[in-house]
Amino acid sequence: MLEKALVGGRRYWRWIFFLLFVIGVGFLGYLYQFRVGLGITGMSRDVSWGFYISQFTFLVGIAASGVMVVLPYYLHNYKAFGKITILGEFLAIASVIMCMLFIFIDMGQPMRVLNVMLHPTPNSVMFYDMIVMMGYLLLNILVGWTTLHAERKGIPPPKWVKPFIILSIAWAPSIHTVTAFLYAGLPGRHFWLSAIMAARFLASAFSSGPSLLIILALIVRKYTKFDPGKEAIQALGKIVTYFMITNVFFLGLEFFTAFYSTIPGHTHSFIYLYAGLDGYGKLVPLMWISTILAVVSLVMLVFPQIRKNEKLLATAAAFVFISLWIDKGFGLVVGGFVPNPFERITEYWPTIPETLITLGVWALGFLILTILYKVALSVKEETAGGQEYHH
Amino acid sequence: MGMDRREFLKLAGITTVAGLSGLTASTILRNGLSEATQFSLDPKALIGKRWAMVIDISKFKTDEDYTKVIDACHRIHNVPNVTDRAPNLEIKWIWKETYGHAFPGQYVNEQEHEYLEEGLKHKPFIIHCNHCDNPPCVRVCPTKATYKRPDGIVMQDMHRCIGCRFCMAGCPFGARSFNFYDPRPYIKEMNMEYPTRTKGVVEKCTFCFERLAVGLKPACAEASNGAMVFGDLKDPKSEVREILRTNYSIRRKPELGTLPSVFYIVGGKNA
Amino acid sequence: MYDSRKIITGLIIFFILVALPFIWNLGKAAPKPDPKIDTPVIQQMAEKKCIELKAVMKTGHMQMLDVWRDSVVRDGNRTFVATDGKHYNMSLQNTCMKCHSNKKKFCDECHNYAAVKPYCWDCHIEPKEGA
Repeated sequence: MLEKALVGGRRYWRWIFFLLFVIGVGFLGYLYQFRVGLGITGMSRDVSWGFYISQFTFLVGIAASGVMVVLPYYLHNYKAFGKITILGEFLAIASVIMCMLFIFIDMGQPMRVLNVMLHPTPNSVMFYDMIVMMGYLLLNILVGWTTLHAERKGIPPPKWVKPFIILSIAWAPSIHTVTAFLYAGLPGRHFWLSAIMAARFLASAFSSGPSLLIILALIVRKYTKFDPGKEAIQALGKIVTYFMITNVFFLGLEFFTAFYSTIPGHTHSFIYLYAGLDGYGKLVPLMWISTILAVVSLVMLVFPQIRKNEKLLATAAAFVFISLWIDKGFGLVVGGFVPNPFERITEYWPTIPETLITLGVWALGFLILTILYKVALSVKEETAGGQEYHH
Repeated sequence: MGMDRREFLKLAGITTVAGLSGLTASTILRNGLSEATQFSLDPKALIGKRWAMVIDISKFKTDEDYTKVIDACHRIHNVPNVTDRAPNLEIKWIWKETYGHAFPGQYVNEQEHEYLEEGLKHKPFIIHCNHCDNPPCVRVCPTKATYKRPDGIVMQDMHRCIGCRFCMAGCPFGARSFNFYDPRPYIKEMNMEYPTRTKGVVEKCTFCFERLAVGLKPACAEASNGAMVFGDLKDPKSEVREILRTNYSIRRKPELGTLPSVFYIVGGKNA
Repeated sequence: MYDSRKIITGLIIFFILVALPFIWNLGKAAPKPDPKIDTPVIQQMAEKKCIELKAVMKTGHMQMLDVWRDSVVRDGNRTFVATDGKHYNMSLQNTCMKCHSNKKKFCDECHNYAAVKPYCWDCHIEPKEGA
């Protein structure tokens, strides 16, 4: 079915070549980093994880959010999602590949990556992270490809797919919980040492992922003959609404614990992020943009009159995505390292090479997404009007 | 033949996977049975069950007292000086830190700092890896590149480190440094008896494991002129146990439960 | 055949790409590696022996160094007991390279020929040439 990605109109190829160009620039940047070292990034002895790991953290959430369309359809027969489960699964594949790439480019000795498998270490959360991410990738490829193939042939998917689908539903929250555990179990980092980390991660994942799916669904409807359906998009909107409320609520809970207890270890990172500490405040404008976008998007989402307007829903979804990207893909990771274990501050900001490499990986993810979606949508256009088998 | 193309491909695939995994398994098993009788321990080697250090900070009086201890370590271990290129990327195994920042739980902010004992307000402390008994860095390392030796040293295997820096995030004491660049150009005088590191690996104090193996105490302790005492915490007759029995000592961030093995005597007899 | 122009052009490009390594090195046969063991330290030795037999070292030095590095760093055992009973310190830098102090004329000879780039010397300091 992959050959379907080789056929396309002018706009399609312009998009593909644009992505290939960004990937090429990123790749050259990575060669430079591979030769010279991670010193070309903005990371430091104090802020030893930066953009790459924060992108990974954010994207694991997007990957996990595939479950938000798969679960209602396969477990509760919510028919409106039937047409778009493949979009969720393919988004998960592209996201997980991006995650694994971000980890790879962040490593100081990437040629030794197999050491994680050659020397299994069950007490290390990172070991489990590798296992769950590989498993999730394989599951989504297996399930997505098999169901799509069956759809193309116009027959119901084979019965053995069902247990794998159920497994992928249980697996999805686990990949993000394990990622949260990377942070939540470190005794020296008080900003992250919170039981609610995994819950926050999941809430923000299930807001940002479906938000992206809404935008993708609308793009798909505009540029292809496939219509995901108004009901599906509205349902996604409701999911984003409730999970965004939960996410903001959880953030509020963190603020309460920190500031009511006034324990410096808990408050200092928040003060650094939202107000600046000891004269250092590089991230303050960003964090407030994130907050304002979150509030505005919530207002737009909570009122059904606004949410039902698809254009406004798309805007709100974009606001949610950007707000959570700033919060999780920047503030969370950097905030954990500031102040450092000596209560001193070293700030972090990505460098240009680091940004270009990051954009290259995002472009690669979007390339994979484009190719997979092209295949899926070509199949759907081909079989439109035919019998729809799902269960 | 009676087999269609699909079945042939499936059979070929399974055979290849089985063959490769069988080959891998037999290779691993064969290597695992390598000769174990060819190695021996140096008779001079220092043996301990839990190596520890007691630092009497009152014995550090001049700037030179600090620099000679730091230089002793950094010089013999080829620790690079990256500070001129990028102060944020510095690599340090042992260094100075003021009391308030080494023990941040003791005073909360600059205002509270006012009430501190005068002698302690600006007193630098010598800091290095605590070789904790319950090390979070070891817990998080995905490849066991950092691991706890039976003698208590939290060791770093530069051959295995993949440079993921999880250990740096996990260390509550900021004891670890990463090679953001190739360190070689930044080493003034190379000690030809000890390797350097390469870019992309984490490094830290190793309690001079290479000196212990030939019967020598750690370089910093030797250069400290008695201010830093190294010994086996599990040996009731050791000097460290004697000092700890008769002096009040503190450790860094004890509330985190990492059980550091570096103790500080504050306000000692020489204060 | 259909699209014969595209296919034939593609085939020609493919064959050129595949044959490129051979065309590039036409007439440039790499000389047999000739590792030199005439370093000052070796010349002063009464019995010019390595810690193991030459044949053993030739095929097994990589395996030996790999076992050594785990033994020294991870197990804390630094003394190697050779087949002939002699004790040696397990160190590339301080044992092997003390005799074989000419990396370029010894180690690199075979490594370059076989096009392998062991990364040992990224960290383990090689002795200054000509010493």
